[in-house]
Amino acid sequence: MRLGRRFYLSEVVEGVVLTAGHFFRNMGKHIAHALGRKSARGAVTIQYPEERRPYSPRLRSLHRLVRREDGSPRCVACMMCETVCPARCIYIVATEHPNPEIEKMPERFDIDLGKCVFCGYCVEACPEDAIRMDTGILEFSSYSRRGMIYTKETLLALEPAAKDGRPTSPVPIPATRTV
Amino acid sequence: MPKLTIDGKEIEVEAGTNLIEAARRLGIEVPHYCYHPGLSIAGQCRLCMVDIEKTPRPSIACNTQAADGMVVHTDTERVRDTRRSIMEFHLINHPLDCPVCDQAGECWLQIYYMKHGLYDPRMTDEKVHKPKAVPLGPHVMLDAERCILCSRCVRFCDEITGTGELGIFHRGDHSEIGLFPGRDLVNNYSGNVVDICPVGALTDRDFRFQVRVWYLDAARSICTGCARGCNIDVHVNRRRPHHAEGKRVARLKPRFNADVNAWWLCDVGRYHYDFVDAPTRLTAPVRRNNAGTAEIAWDEAVSGVAEALRRYSPDQVGVLASPRMANEDLLALRRVLEARAMRQVAYDVPPPALAEGDDFLLRSDRAPNRRGAELIGLGGDTGGLMASARAGRLKCLWVFHHDLLASGWPAADVRQALDRVETLIFTGTNANAISERAQWVLPAAAWVEREGTFTNFEGRVQRFRSAVEPLGQALPEWDLLGRIVAALGGTPAGGRAELWFRELVRTVPAFAGLSYQAIGDHGQLIPGATSAGAPTPPGRRVKVHG
Repeated sequence: MRLGRRFYLSEVVEGVVLTAGHFFRNMGKHIAHALGRKSARGAVTIQYPEERRPYSPRLRSLHRLVRREDGSPRCVACMMCETVCPARCIYIVATEHPNPEIEKMPERFDIDLGKCVFCGYCVEACPEDAIRMDTGILEFSSYSRRGMIYTKETLLALEPAAKDGRPTSPVPIPATRTV
Repeated sequence: MPKLTIDGKEIEVEAGTNLIEAARRLGIEVPHYCYHPGLSIAGQCRLCMVDIEKTPRPSIACNTQAADGMVVHTDTERVRDTRRSIMEFHLINHPLDCPVCDQAGECWLQIYYMKHGLYDPRMTDEKVHKPKAVPLGPHVMLDAERCILCSRCVRFCDEITGTGELGIFHRGDHSEIGLFPGRDLVNNYSGNVVDICPVGALTDRDFRFQVRVWYLDAARSICTGCARGCNIDVHVNRRRPHHAEGKRVARLKPRFNADVNAWWLCDVGRYHYDFVDAPTRLTAPVRRNNAGTAEIAWDEAVSGVAEALRRYSPDQVGVLASPRMANEDLLALRRVLEARAMRQVAYDVPPPALAEGDDFLLRSDRAPNRRGAELIGLGGDTGGLMASARAGRLKCLWVFHHDLLASGWPAADVRQALDRVETLIFTGTNANAISERAQWVLPAAAWVEREGTFTNFEGRVQRFRSAVEPLGQALPEWDLLGRIVAALGGTPAGGRAELWFRELVRTVPAFAGLSYQAIGDHGQLIPGATSAGAPTPPGRRVKVHG
């Protein structure tokens, strides 16, 4: 290798020229676009989280529990989802429903999202259409494992995503979440 | 004896055998709901249709007795078609909510629909609605909509218990199972109607919604509720600990044994398992002294107890064995006694109130192995042992299982005896007043957590197998006693219950000739014992009206 190359000086200069070239070309295009020349399109960055890419309608996002008209869960605690779940992340405890026509309801319905693999089998297995993965919420995180466990109350409070796929409920913050 | 042909296979059966039983012997299953070998024949469900040559129409197999030269077909196109139609009839008013039903997974409607039904439903009308979730008694819940009116439960209450609480009321598709006015399903065998119900109409209030049945594992076992030793299956939930508040034993189901309990199990035995998962279970060896109470390791506990036994002369040590211990445990205890030439041993602690037996399976003796304790030679003068403890002649007392303060003895006497004893050792599954004050507590595994054998009141030795792992550090008694034998300088029989049983067979003549293999699933009588077989159900006895 030549001595000059060994100092990488020419490469540094070449890199700066390339980057600056892209920067000024894009800036020029954006300015032209803003001034009315619509055919000029510069490189685009989505301003997440204010802006989002469109989601596919069949996207599997955070689960929610569907409510009956009176606000109680539609779930009858049949354990089909718990049984089919390959990650074993659903924990249901059943109890007697005051209405013998419904018979059974979940006393506890926890999903451990730290374990969930988002396969959607629970939605398919449900005979009551009581669990859906249509909230559009993809951002949930926690500083502890415990905080990834979403309870029945949290899951019941979630709403389906809007037509454009944007979530309509705020990202739930479980009560146990530690900062 | 009639010789007949079923599906091309010839078989000879005793006269009077019906076609379902004859086919069963050939390994051919004739589907049925209302027929139960322990009950009379009702011919209600019409599902067991078979083709008999030279008979114009299919006939029900349950009420057709085998005849010489009969040629039976159980799987012709016509039989399959008949079954499918009958299944369709049964399911006309049956709700289609299997996932909610507690019977799902062990329901004969589901099983036979998948095997013999598989039609598209043609019912367009509203189904007939009937009462749901009706408690019939302390143990049984009725869902009349799910009932297919096989009448097994009605016949059970008439023919087995003879109490006749249940009947079928109304007519046509409004027929439903119910209680006679003013009656409740309160008898000591009410849990059996849940077992014989082929669908989800009768469910156990104790088990209902606790665990789905497909999460359960089963192990063959023996009921410890009384001295009869009914054969049972222990159903345990090991995979989903969040169900039923973490209780591992979900339910006990009777297992057929023609010589002991036939198909039945009493409610006393059926619900006698709560202690296994109770919060009072002892899970670690404990040493209690002036410095306080400490959980210790097994090695320390074993050497500590062995040292305590060695400290006193054999006459200063008393042992209260328990008729709840298995034969293997009792032999291991005898080896401990022999290692120190101790003679003060007894097992007969009077219960606080004499338990009542009934006129069928339940015995007044509520311990499963009193006969075993007697045969292994641990019988002694319990009263004398307590008297010498009260007199201060005993320095060390080793109590197995018994809660002496809740026994038939006056609590003041027991307290006086316990106060005069220097070293109190307790071995048992659950904490009680004795374990609370014992210097050494050795936790024992419950019967569902280990293998072993019990000897019932007739002298039938029966095996029980382990269904779950012991809780915490609890050990089977033969194991912990074997360790103490070794610590006292003896040689324990081995690290498996079977090895102790082999030693029992070798050294105790009463058990000569037995082995785990020979005992099998149905038990074996000890030499010289005779069995009266399963008792005649009260409902079957000739009633004398006077």
